[in-house]
Amino acid sequence: MMAGHHPPPLRDSMRIALRAPVRSSLARAFMALGLLSILILATAPAAFADFIAPDAGSGSPNAEGIRSLYLIIYVLAVIIFVGVGGLLLFTLRRFSAKRHPVAEQIHGNNKLEIGWTLGAALLLVVISIVTFAKLDGIDNPPNSGAEGAPVTEQGSFIADGARRPMPPNGKSLNIQVNGQQYMWRYVYADGDKDLLNNVFAYETMVVPVNTTVTLTIRSNDVQHSWWVPDLGGKFDAVPGYTNYTWFKATKTGTFRGQCAELCGRNHANMVAQVKVVEPAAFEAWYARQKQNIEGANKLAAAGRQALAAQAAQTSAK
Amino acid sequence: MATTPQIATSLTPVPEIAAHEVQRPQRGWISWLTTTDHKRIGIMYLVASWVFFMVGGVEALIMRLQLAQADNTLVTPQTYNALVTMHGTTMIFLFLIPMIAGFSNYIVPLMIGARDMAFPRLNALSFWLFLAGGAAFYGSLLWSPPECGWTCYAPLSEATYSPTAGVDSWIFLVHLTGISSFVGALNLFVTITNMRAPGMGWGRLPLFCWAILTQSILLLLALPVIAAAVTLLLTDRHFGTHFYDATNGGSPLLWQHLFWFFGHPEVYILVLPAFGVISEILPVFARKPIFGYKAIAAATLGIAFIGSLVWAHHMFTTPSPFILLVFFMLGSFLVAIPTGVKMFNWIFTLWRGSIHFDTPMYFAAGFLGTFLLGGVTGIFLAAFPVDWALHDTYFVVAHFHYTIVGGGVFGMLAALYYWFPKMSGRMLNERMGKTSFWLILVGFWVTFLVQHSAGLSGMPRRIYEYPDIGNLEIYNLISTIGAFILAAGIVLTGFNVFRSLRKGPAAGADPWKGNTLEWFTTSPPPANNFDAVPRVRSVEPMKDIRRQIEGQSRTDELVGAGAGHSSGD
Repeated sequence: MMAGHHPPPLRDSMRIALRAPVRSSLARAFMALGLLSILILATAPAAFADFIAPDAGSGSPNAEGIRSLYLIIYVLAVIIFVGVGGLLLFTLRRFSAKRHPVAEQIHGNNKLEIGWTLGAALLLVVISIVTFAKLDGIDNPPNSGAEGAPVTEQGSFIADGARRPMPPNGKSLNIQVNGQQYMWRYVYADGDKDLLNNVFAYETMVVPVNTTVTLTIRSNDVQHSWWVPDLGGKFDAVPGYTNYTWFKATKTGTFRGQCAELCGRNHANMVAQVKVVEPAAFEAWYARQKQNIEGANKLAAAGRQALAAQAAQTSAK
Repeated sequence: MATTPQIATSLTPVPEIAAHEVQRPQRGWISWLTTTDHKRIGIMYLVASWVFFMVGGVEALIMRLQLAQADNTLVTPQTYNALVTMHGTTMIFLFLIPMIAGFSNYIVPLMIGARDMAFPRLNALSFWLFLAGGAAFYGSLLWSPPECGWTCYAPLSEATYSPTAGVDSWIFLVHLTGISSFVGALNLFVTITNMRAPGMGWGRLPLFCWAILTQSILLLLALPVIAAAVTLLLTDRHFGTHFYDATNGGSPLLWQHLFWFFGHPEVYILVLPAFGVISEILPVFARKPIFGYKAIAAATLGIAFIGSLVWAHHMFTTPSPFILLVFFMLGSFLVAIPTGVKMFNWIFTLWRGSIHFDTPMYFAAGFLGTFLLGGVTGIFLAAFPVDWALHDTYFVVAHFHYTIVGGGVFGMLAALYYWFPKMSGRMLNERMGKTSFWLILVGFWVTFLVQHSAGLSGMPRRIYEYPDIGNLEIYNLISTIGAFILAAGIVLTGFNVFRSLRKGPAAGADPWKGNTLEWFTTSPPPANNFDAVPRVRSVEPMKDIRRQIEGQSRTDELVGAGAGHSSGD
């Protein structure tokens, strides 16, 4: 035997006295942790709603679809983790040299190995089927609700696109989301080609409740990623490309989000807010913005004229 | 006392080489600069990568301190982004890959009964190029470190948005360490395919060597692509091309495809060698043969093959065709099958064994449990609708730390505790090793488990500050505390190594009752590794040799490697 490797008898007996109960209590602690996480899943208090699953506070069907798909996978994942982890801890404990002094010289077991290969494959088939079943509700927007704001198809910026989601009746409130270092700009489609008179806003997007909102996502400079967790997944704003997503909030409220792709030094402060309001409030906000923008445009035009006149005078002198 | 030196004398091996001249072994630091000995190069790799590990760790701790409180102002956004970039780049290119290179350099030739690598001078070149890459990268501290993250997505990394030379340092790092790894992979591939001991067919190749062989193939496939990608970035930045510049017809998505075509195999490049280490350690400490040798070797190749075809699962949120999302989701699911096979084979290697809990076994067990969770969270991210919610959040940060630290780093620490006696001739302190293990395990889980929740609560990665909303602050504080526990464990292991180099008890040739040929020679091995190499008759040649000695059997089973005995191979 090698000197130094095997501890002297005194330490050996200490090891037996100390370590075995520690290891078994550790096994129990891990088991308890696994069960506890299932329990938390079942009885998650509202304050910790986002502790184990993404939030869907807006009631948007895509966010709810993602949340429920996540939870299905979560349950399977907990079973796998607790099952395999439990087997591992049991094996470590049961077959320690102290409890099981003679190792059995087994080289393998084809049936068992084929069994767990097929088992793993089967589980993935199940997850794939569930994912595809849930996909339609996450990817394809429904029509606006009857109580939503009236919207028309003419208002879209982009006529087609490979991944452009549209509700079955082709009507949605279309907003162009433009990422630039370090802010989000929203331009509301209004049906004409003149972009100068469109209603726009920075940082805070105001939308009507129960209305399908389709987003056309672009970037002016580097990559950004549009993400408001309560309104569904994130989609990258890539220069030179157009990305799309949608949401249909069924609850009013203000939902926070921020850029999810590193875009430079102030990336952390490239925040976004979506204010979901009643249709009437939305119409009022929209009209006010429109008025302000038209007023500002008029003032700017007048200012330009005045400047031009001044310039003409100066050059005439 | 040790049995193997006695074999060497009592079995009178036939000398293989009649020496024409014998050089006196060189000493002093010049000998380290000029060495082509795979063992010395391996040690230099390990020492250098450990230094970078400490640097990358300090970078991580500064980031954790900044995030310990909401709206913290400890570092500026510029510094934070530089730390993000340097931490990721250091840990991948300057710590984990070279640490793996260190072990594979040192151990692979010994494991297959070879006297050195196939190309010893190329081997030295590999090491010095790696060091040059590290110097080029850290040189940027003197002007302006890169701030684009380890992925350096264009156009953020283009000259318009990153005008300083930091990105250029990063490009040179990728080139230099890339050539280093490419040459090293070629060397290991040729060594393993050509220099195995007599009788060591493919079915008797140790699983660590299978893992390194597979890793080498992945490196040879993936590295030219990243080399091309960063070259295009370099010409974009300095020579007026527009490969990634959308305003001039280029495509930022081209960068992502090229980067991840390298970047995803890279993940397996980092964990496959750790898988190999675990496949070596478990049978030794369970005193039981590996369960399903062929299945594990096949799963290694399977993971590498499928793993090379799933890169775009990093791009589920980009504007990409629907069919691409479906293809890369199903491909990513498939990776779980060979990985699951390995996990079960490992557990059943322990099943009905007689497990001796020495420190390497502790780290191997920690690997199994920790990597398990990393694998499980991968399922969430592979399902692209769920990834739309989780992508680029702290959930992903937690996931890849569970795989790369739980897999790669735990595997390499197990390797350190397992092979240190072979390299130094001395044992590491067991109590310190086990304390270090518990600190690392607990610290790791405290740091990263809660990060899943931070991500689910909407915290994106790579942000230098966050507002005090929901539970974000408490999640981050827990994470920071865990990071310091983890760091204490790592430092303790470093101290253990440092102390045991002088004070550790003598290890002898085979302290663990190992299965593979590196335990046949002395610790540390002589410059020529073996005076004689035994004929290999199974995947566990040392077991055969011990059995043979116990049975007082004949001596003619031992032949000098390639000593002119016609062996019929």
